[in-house]
Amino acid sequence: MSQLDIKKGTSKHSAYDLRDPHSTTIERHTLAVVVDNEAGVLARVIGLFSGRGYNIESLTVAEIDHTGHRSRITVVTTGTAAVIEQIKAQLGRIVPVHEVHDLTTEGPSVERELALFKVTGTGDARVEALRLADIFRANVVDSTLQSFTFEVTGTSEKIDAFAELMWPLGLTEIARTGVVALSRSERAS
Amino acid sequence: MTQEQMTGAKMVVEALKDQGVEVVFGYPGGAVLPIYDEIFQQNHIRHVLVRHEQGAVHAAEGYARSTGKPGVCLVTSGPGATNAVTGLTDALMDSIPIVVLTGQVPTFMIGNDAFQEADTVGITRPCTKHNWLVRETDKLSETIHQAFHVAVTGRPGPVLVDIPKDVQFADGGYTRPEDVKSHYAPQTKGDMAVIEALVDVIETAERPVIYSGGGVINSGDKASSLLRQLVDMTGFPITSTLMGLGAYPANGKSWLGMLGMHGLYEANLAMHDCDLMINVGARFDDRITGRVQDFSPRSIKAHIDIDPSSINKVIRVELPIIGDVAVVLEDLLTVWKARGAKTNAPAVRDWWAQIEEWRKVDCLKYTQKGKVIKPQHALVRLEELTKDHPKRYICTEVGQHQMWAAQYLNFNEPNRWMTSGGLGTMGYGFPSSIGVQMAHPDGLVINVAGEASWLMNMQEMGTAVQFNLPVKQFILNNERLGMVRQWQELLHGERYSQSWSEALPDFVKLAEAFGAKGIRIESPDDLDEGIKEMLAHDGPVIVDCLVEKHENCFPMIPSGEPHNSMILGENVDTSTAIKEGGGVLV
Ligand SMILES: Cc1cc2nc3c(=O)[nH]c(=O)nc-3n(C[C@H](O)[C@H](O)[C@H](O)COP(=O)(O)OP(=O)(O)OC[C@H]3O[C@@H](n4cnc5c(N)ncnc54)[C@H](O)[C@@H]3O)c2cc1C
Ligand SMILES: Cc1ncc(C[n+]2csc(CCOP(=O)(O)OP(=O)(O)O)c2C)c(N)n1
Repeated sequence: MSQLDIKKGTSKHSAYDLRDPHSTTIERHTLAVVVDNEAGVLARVIGLFSGRGYNIESLTVAEIDHTGHRSRITVVTTGTAAVIEQIKAQLGRIVPVHEVHDLTTEGPSVERELALFKVTGTGDARVEALRLADIFRANVVDSTLQSFTFEVTGTSEKIDAFAELMWPLGLTEIARTGVVALSRSERAS
Repeated sequence: MTQEQMTGAKMVVEALKDQGVEVVFGYPGGAVLPIYDEIFQQNHIRHVLVRHEQGAVHAAEGYARSTGKPGVCLVTSGPGATNAVTGLTDALMDSIPIVVLTGQVPTFMIGNDAFQEADTVGITRPCTKHNWLVRETDKLSETIHQAFHVAVTGRPGPVLVDIPKDVQFADGGYTRPEDVKSHYAPQTKGDMAVIEALVDVIETAERPVIYSGGGVINSGDKASSLLRQLVDMTGFPITSTLMGLGAYPANGKSWLGMLGMHGLYEANLAMHDCDLMINVGARFDDRITGRVQDFSPRSIKAHIDIDPSSINKVIRVELPIIGDVAVVLEDLLTVWKARGAKTNAPAVRDWWAQIEEWRKVDCLKYTQKGKVIKPQHALVRLEELTKDHPKRYICTEVGQHQMWAAQYLNFNEPNRWMTSGGLGTMGYGFPSSIGVQMAHPDGLVINVAGEASWLMNMQEMGTAVQFNLPVKQFILNNERLGMVRQWQELLHGERYSQSWSEALPDFVKLAEAFGAKGIRIESPDDLDEGIKEMLAHDGPVIVDCLVEKHENCFPMIPSGEPHNSMILGENVDTSTAIKEGGGVLV
């Protein structure tokens, strides 16, 4: 047998190393991708995910630097550890991509999503909706005699939970922005 | 900075000149007429008029692969651009640097389903490394310079610049290449700590093997010469993928031959049984790995690759080194030499003894008897009669003949072997040979072809004749879609569904109809004479070499099998050679 002094299956100098490479566990990762805001750049990112069969749970994009024409794309994706590594490497080779950050592994981060909820109803249900909205720190951004439109900000789980409670109270429509996220370190991620 | 003002069309020619472009392969049409008008009025750049845009792209690929410089194409909007798609995909899969310029309808008509409008950047987004639609003449020259930079930097690949007709007519300021800044600069220097770790295992490995690939060719001449140094100094055995042939010379003493599905027995078994595998610029393609779970199960693997996405994509490696082959090998050799250039010589000697045992199987053995030419024999004779030519370039089409060419022809230099590996594009070889000959007017350029593939781009005979390019089309004519037929024999109960080449043209008359020379070789006795006649003719030649119709290409690792379950050559029972289940894979 060979004397080679490297443990099989380990990988030198890779954060990836810390996890089991053959794991079949599906992980959820939030990636921040800084790109040149040029025509077609979003199509490139989306085309990469669909062409290679990766998942997109949510995706948000907007220009963050109007003079440098940079946009930040926040993608929430799922896959095994190996697939997530491959997604990051594939994103990194798109020419207008400047940075790819895995906010899930690169230290603590904060994630927020904004959602609008239209809840229609009268009487007790209407009162109860308002009471719950207060608990969730949801703002009323519009109202009619028959309905409220609430604005909720928080983690995706919080928004899911709010939706869960509102369904029986006359929730008729939801619009969600998808996740945006920043790392909590002092420097730019 | 004052910029020279000129029209967009003039800018295109100016930018190509500044990029050192000598040849453009193209085909005109309405949306590129202003550029063609500029081409007409200058003498720096030669334009080769192909007969189909797919041909232009493959010709540019041949030009690029045989020179290391980017190949350039110019085609019109709509159908011109869509015809280029196969070539772009081919170049993407094989990491070939080419720049394709397409005409587009005027900006104010985009989106209106205008005449010959196609969403070219949309269609080609997944089959280019990057592409651009240029909406302002002021940005045109800068974009073209960027395109060249992206095509050749990092992992090379095809790029496309789509130029609307009004942008070609309008005036704008010309940006010189040296004034263009690009953020695109992939890492070329490898991590020294991992390089040190690789040196550790090079010093102690008992059964090492170097597995080199197209990345060595992409990296350039220096990479090949450093690879040779590494192999010669360590005495480690080396095998290569189809794409890497020639980086290490086939006449070198550590050469095992090609590996993979149709690779040599000794190369595949060395890969399977090694304890250290050093992958230099190859991408663990499925033609190499077979069943991934059983791929070289006991080895520590190092992988040198410039593209981080190639690493751990298919096979997990213990020693990933992201960087350019030449840069990494230079560092590796420096460290290894500084530490005394040690290897575990006694163990490596035993390893070689084992390899020699495998070699005795003589997996490429064939017997030429009777009046029908064995395709292998035809190639052995071709090799014998051309190997001493100092500038021999071989192109191929796709199929059995391609694999036989890889097995029986020897490549001692990089950039002498042009083949479609990743996409496997039938119709690649002939136009590619035109591109190679344009780049090397005094080269001996031979396209080893199957009759079916060759027909896919046969219209390029017109190009070869018009430009008096003495390309030799060496067709191994088995009157079958041979590779398909072989799979049907092995996997589909010999039901030869649609794998016969019916109604073939008379290739000799076909050559003559184009004003070229045609030669038919029908018997083994005429082979040498026919080949010599082909070589002696100063002009394009088609050789119709009639070969055994049902010959199979062996060795073969059936899809989804490990390296040590290889089907060897003669006397196999092909009806039972492949197990159930092998058929789902390609
Ligand atoms: C009918 C048929 C049968 C085939 N059978 C076989 C077979 O038996 N054996 C075989 O080998 N192939 C075979 N092929 C070809 C196969 O499909 C692949 O194309 C080939 O194996 C890939 O070669 P490669 O790994 O060298 O990678 P390439 O496609 O050449 O990729 C090069 C790799 O090097 C990297 N690279 C590029 N530039 C640099 C640089 N400067 N520095 C560092 N890295 C760089 C790239 O990122 C990439 O990972 C067959 C093809 C056909 C059509
Ligand atoms: C454009 C394209 N279509 C189909 C195929 C599938 N295919 C692979 S090899 C082959 C047969 C090639 O026949 P020929 O060129 O005569 O070569 P041979 O195998 O007989 O040497 C076919 C159809 C392909 N590779 N490319």
